[in-house]
Amino acid sequence: MTQLVTAETAVAVDVAAARSRPHWIRPKSVIGGVIILAVVLFAVVGPFFVQDPHAVSSDGLTGPSAAHLLGTTNTGTDVLAQLAYGARGSLTIGILVAVLITILTSVFGVAGAYVGGAVDDAFSLLSNVLLVIPGLPLMIIIGAYVQHKSLWMVALVIALTGWAGGARVLRAQTLSLRSRDYVSASRVAGEKMWRILLVEIFPNLLPVLSSGFVFGVVGAILAEAGLSYIGIGASDSITWGTMLASAQAGQALLLGAWWWFVPPGVLIAVLGCGFALVNFALDEVINPRLRTYRMPRQDRQERR
Amino acid sequence: MHLVRKLAQYLVALWVALTLNFALPRLLPGDPVDAVLSKLQQQGPVDPESRHALEVLFGNTGGPWWQQYLDYLAGIAHGDLGTSVTYFPTPVTTVISESLPWTLVLVGMVTVLTFVLGTALGTIAGWRRGTWIDSLVPATTVLQSIPYFWVALIFLYVFGVTLGWFPLGGGYDSNEFVPELSFAFIGSAAYYAILPALTILVSAIGGWLLGMRNMMVAVRSEDYVVAAEAKGLRPLRVMTMYAARNAVLPSVAGFAISLGFVVGGSLVMEQVFSYPGIGRAMLQAVSNSDYALMQGLFLVITVSVLAANLVVDVLYGLIDPRTRVHA
Repeated sequence: MTQLVTAETAVAVDVAAARSRPHWIRPKSVIGGVIILAVVLFAVVGPFFVQDPHAVSSDGLTGPSAAHLLGTTNTGTDVLAQLAYGARGSLTIGILVAVLITILTSVFGVAGAYVGGAVDDAFSLLSNVLLVIPGLPLMIIIGAYVQHKSLWMVALVIALTGWAGGARVLRAQTLSLRSRDYVSASRVAGEKMWRILLVEIFPNLLPVLSSGFVFGVVGAILAEAGLSYIGIGASDSITWGTMLASAQAGQALLLGAWWWFVPPGVLIAVLGCGFALVNFALDEVINPRLRTYRMPRQDRQERR
Repeated sequence: MHLVRKLAQYLVALWVALTLNFALPRLLPGDPVDAVLSKLQQQGPVDPESRHALEVLFGNTGGPWWQQYLDYLAGIAHGDLGTSVTYFPTPVTTVISESLPWTLVLVGMVTVLTFVLGTALGTIAGWRRGTWIDSLVPATTVLQSIPYFWVALIFLYVFGVTLGWFPLGGGYDSNEFVPELSFAFIGSAAYYAILPALTILVSAIGGWLLGMRNMMVAVRSEDYVVAAEAKGLRPLRVMTMYAARNAVLPSVAGFAISLGFVVGGSLVMEQVFSYPGIGRAMLQAVSNSDYALMQGLFLVITVSVLAANLVVDVLYGLIDPRTRVHA
C-alpha cells in the first residue's frame, strides 16, 4: 500500500514539475549553456585583446605576472595568447567535425534506411564495417602518412573515422519512423521523397541528431588533443591540443611549469562539462524515463 | 543463416582493413621510401642501391599493383609481416610478440576491474535514484570529458613528480631487472603498473556507471520487478537477481567489445608512462616512419577488435534469447 501511495505522489510531482516549466529549462542545461557561451565568447573575442601568440621573447618559462597573466612558455610566448587562439582552433575543429559527422550520418543513416533495398544494405554494411575498425590507430596511420596537415585535414580524418556509430543509431530510428501511419499517409498522398524526408522524418530525428552533434563537438576536441599530443595534429594552427603537446615536449611537467599545461586541459574539461550538462538535459527529453524528480522528503524516508 | 550473414560481414571488415593497410601508403601523398631515405641521408651518404633495397623491404616488388596486392596477402597468410626499421633487423612479428604481453596484462586487468566496479556502482545508483550515490553520475561524466592524457599527466605530476610515490614511467625497474619469471620482477612490474592502471580506471569508470544506471532505471519500472517486490522478496535479492541481471545485458556486450580494444586502446597511456606495450611500439613506428611495423600493429589491433565483436554477436544470442527472434 505504501508503495502504491508513493508511486501516485511521484506521478503527481511529475505532472506538477512538467507543467511549471518546459523540461529543457533546468539548472543543468542552463549552467551548461552558460559555460559553452562563455568559452565560445572567449574564442571569438579573446584573440583581439591578447598579445601575439607566436612572439618569442627572452623571458622564457616565467610564472604568471602582470606582463604575462598566465606566464610564458619555454620560448617566451604568452600562454594566455596561445590559450585564446587555441580556443579558436579547438572549437573550429569541434564544430567542423560535428557538421561533417551530422551530414555523413544523415546520408548513410537516414537516407539509406528510408530508401531501403540494396542501397540500405550497402550503406549499413559500410557503417558496420567502419564501426569495428578501430578509429584511433586508423587516425594515427593516416596522420602518419600525410606529412603536412592543415586544420581541415585533421577535421576530415576525425570525421571520416568517427561517423559510423551515429549512422547506426539514426538508421534504427528511421526504420521505425518510416513505417508509421503518418509517413505512409503522406506517401500515399503523393508527396515527393525529399519532402517526406525533410518535413515528416527529420523533425522527429532532431533530438537524436542534436545529441550526436554535441557528442561530435566534444569527441572531436578530445580526439584532436590526443592526436596533437601523440605528435600528429594540425601543423598550421594553434589548438589546445598543440599547446599541451608542446608543453609535454618542453618538459613543463618535470620543471613544474603548471601554468603552461594546466590551463588548456582545464578549458577542455570545462567545455566538455558544459556540453555534457546540455546533453544530460537532451537525454531526458529523448528518454523521459531517465528524468529524476525529487520526491518529498517524507516519502523518501518511508521508502527505506 | 543469421550467423552466416554476420560472419560474411566480419570477413568483409577484415578484407577492408587489410586493403586499407595496403592502399593507404600507396594512395596518400608522401612516399615511405623517400621518408626513410631522407632520414638515412641525415646520418651520412647513402649508396644508390639502398633505394631498391628499401622498396623491396616495403613490399614493393615492382610489377603491377594487383601483383603487389596478391604478394601482400600471401605474405600475411604466411605470418610474414616484414622487417621493422626501428628495431632493424628484427622481424615485425617478434616486436609485436614482445610488446603484446605488457599491454594485455595491464590493460586487460584494468578493463575487467573498471567494468566490475562501474557496473556495481551503476546498479546501486540506478536502484536508489535521487540519493547521494546517484549524484555521483554527473561527476564521473565530467571525468570523461577531460582528455585522458591530461588526467594521466596530472596524476604523474602529483604522485610521481611532487610526492614521489610512484616511478615516472617504464614497465619495470630496468636498472635492477631483466624481464624474467621471478617474484621480485613481477613485484617491480606491478609497482610500475599502479599509476597507469589508476588513471585508466578513473577515466573509464564513468561510462560503465552511466550505462548501467540508465538501464537499471528502465528495468526498475518493469512489471516483473514490481511483482518480485510485491511478493515480499528481500530488496537485495530483487535488485541483484531480478533487476540487475536483466539490466546488465548491454553492459556485457560493451565489455566484450572493450576487451577487443585492450590490445590497441591504450596508445596514449603507454605514451604518457613510456610503457613498453603495443601502443608505444605503434607510436615509435610512427615517429620513425617504420611503415612495416605500423601496418603489422594495425593488423593485430584490428583483428583483435573484430574477433571480440564476433564473439559478442555469437554470445549475445545465447545470453539474450530476444535478439535471436528479432534478428
